[in-house]
Amino acid sequence: MTEKKKRKIRLSIPAEEIMRPGNLACQGCGASLAMRYALKALGRNVIFDIPACCWSVIDGPFPYSSIGVPLLHMAFETAASTASGIRAAMKVLGKEDTKVVAWAGDGGTFDIGFQALSGAAERNEDIIYVCYDNEAYMNTGIQRSGATPYGAWTTTTPVKHFKKLPKKDIIEIMAAHRIPYVANVNIAYPEDFIRKFQKAASIRGTKFIHVFSPCPPGWKMKPDDTIKVAKLAVQTRAFPLIEIENGVKYTLNVKVNKPKPIFEYLKLQGRFKHLTEEEVKRIQEDVDSYWEYLMKKVEFSKEYAG
Amino acid sequence: MKKVLMGNHAISYGATLSRVQVIAAYPITPQTQVVELLSEIVANGELEAEFIKVESEHSAMAACIGASAAGARAFTATSSQGLLLMHEVLHWASRARLPIVMANINRAISPGWTIWTDQNDSLSQRDTGWIQIYAADNQEVLDSIIIGYKVAEKVSLPLMVVLDAFVLSHTYEPVDIPDQDKVDKFLPPYNPKIKLDPEDPHAFGGLTAPNIYMEFQYNHQLAMMEAKKVINEAGKEYGEITGRYYQNLSPYKVDDAEYILITSGTVAKTTNIVVDKLRESGVKIGNLRIRTFRPFPSEEIYEILKDKKKIFVIDRNLSFGNTGIFFQEVKASLYNTDIKVPIFGFVTGLGGRDVTPELIEEIVNYGMKKEKPEEEVIWMGVKK
Ligand SMILES: Cc1ncc(C[n+]2csc(CCOP(=O)(O)OP(=O)(O)O)c2C)c(N)n1
Ligand code: SF4
Ligand SMILES: [Mg+2]
Repeated sequence: MTEKKKRKIRLSIPAEEIMRPGNLACQGCGASLAMRYALKALGRNVIFDIPACCWSVIDGPFPYSSIGVPLLHMAFETAASTASGIRAAMKVLGKEDTKVVAWAGDGGTFDIGFQALSGAAERNEDIIYVCYDNEAYMNTGIQRSGATPYGAWTTTTPVKHFKKLPKKDIIEIMAAHRIPYVANVNIAYPEDFIRKFQKAASIRGTKFIHVFSPCPPGWKMKPDDTIKVAKLAVQTRAFPLIEIENGVKYTLNVKVNKPKPIFEYLKLQGRFKHLTEEEVKRIQEDVDSYWEYLMKKVEFSKEYAG
Repeated sequence: MKKVLMGNHAISYGATLSRVQVIAAYPITPQTQVVELLSEIVANGELEAEFIKVESEHSAMAACIGASAAGARAFTATSSQGLLLMHEVLHWASRARLPIVMANINRAISPGWTIWTDQNDSLSQRDTGWIQIYAADNQEVLDSIIIGYKVAEKVSLPLMVVLDAFVLSHTYEPVDIPDQDKVDKFLPPYNPKIKLDPEDPHAFGGLTAPNIYMEFQYNHQLAMMEAKKVINEAGKEYGEITGRYYQNLSPYKVDDAEYILITSGTVAKTTNIVVDKLRESGVKIGNLRIRTFRPFPSEEIYEILKDKKKIFVIDRNLSFGNTGIFFQEVKASLYNTDIKVPIFGFVTGLGGRDVTPELIEEIVNYGMKKEKPEEEVIWMGVKK
């Protein structure tokens, strides 16, 4: 390649690595990769707060820190309220361009931290709230959360009593707050991931980003299957990649014209091993009907929100 | 400038004069006027602050922690159930060594639903690592907020100013509001060396293994002990500017006294009246008001109590299964000294029941009559 040609290549993923090499995540941890991409998208002028979750450990023991940007560790249910405080401080100190990011697990978001999140969203705090969703309380040893999907084994939903309730629809819940930006991202789709984080960073008000975040030990899968499983979550339509603006404008970001059967996704994960054919069929039906519902919303919002 | 202020508004003016930058609060009776007036002051542009109208007290304290860690002077106020809801994050604030100042209006704890005063809400936060100052009048409330920031920022610890519900919060008293430029000289802007700063990124509060956790606690304790001195110094410096001096202890006619009442909050003010009356009839009695409960000023208490005959502690609080809490603290702090006189522990005034001069006189009479206490908890004014 000539010098001239080289310069023409436009990288869709920023080359700068803000996250430092070496952290305490397990092999194949989706949450670790998610942070790496998020930082690439957001740059260094950010402040993070992280409540109790795997990331409280992943970042490293005192005095080490792997994320390379300022980080305040906080109590489990405070991601959004702490971020609100940091945001307010940045405002009075005249540092409005510093982005404030709350980075929480699904437990800290769907469950114990939900009140604070809903409050911050109602106040339209100028923060980016990120939920990396590994679908259980992993830090405490794989207990079910409000994000654990139907059918999954966890240590508190043992095989005999696997979770028989659906996952909370967090994207819709947040959209119902009418905040300017809600999106979900997947570590197997880094370009979409980075574009959405950058978009979030360009908007004032509350931004909520839901990250699909495979967890090999929690999902009983091989660490080298992380990207494969993440990709299958989209290709089977289990985790449609969308964004919702101002609570009304729905956009599907990755089309899935020929979906793979959900079994392809489930079979790589030991947490679903116990499911009968009947159960798998039921999950397939749920996936199909949700997709249909969502596509109708996307269609409708084209007319409604333009 | 003198104004007639309710205790709650004295808090708001104290916070305003301290030029707090971030306020996060949630309403609860009897604290509501604190935040109402502050909202107004902020909305009028008289104070350059961000007011976060959070959805709970837990979030109020969390927001204060975020703001303080990011380098802003943070303030909140609450009471009773609200303070209890904050418990987890109160620990977080102090262990993160953040100089947040809050006002807590002493309200009893439910059930049954109550809004009247006693001290169990703040005293059940005894071990959260906060400095606790108990005020006795509205002037002291205002002054203690300003001095509070000075102390908190000097020792890097959060500080709670505590006052009685209604007896102070809703009672109007003349209060001198010091000039802003005087306060500014006393309390310069908050400018912490360490904070959340993208130009100097650090992680705060991460995984802390047994090989280092204890050292953080040790340093926290050193800062607390240092605060005993700093509170007296700051109180003196403030006195030189305003004529109002504040120390860890507020003694009243103790020098030649043989008997000492130990009190806190507004009960102390009523007690002073009783002391005057009893002195007229020749009883050599004094009143020692404890202002600073954490850190506990043991050495200073010893100095006052060392040559006394009997000590009567009045508690508007109770640790179920043991005794009044100030009583425990006083006894414990004297155990390894040469003071071996009887100490009586009275519990009264719970849930806002009036602590009248007559009742305090009864306490004194009881204590003078008995050679030593016959019960661990001497209940006063209870229907048994
Ligand atoms: C108030 C409180 N309750 C419980 C815990 C224990 N705890 C720490 S992390 C955690 C689970 C976190 O789950 P999630 O938010 O999904 O993050 P993950 O560990 O899966 O990354 C729990 C229950 C805590 N730290 N604080
Ligand atoms: S348990 Fe799961 S989420 Fe937690 S560090 Fe390991 S792989 Fe990541
Ligand atoms: Mg989780």
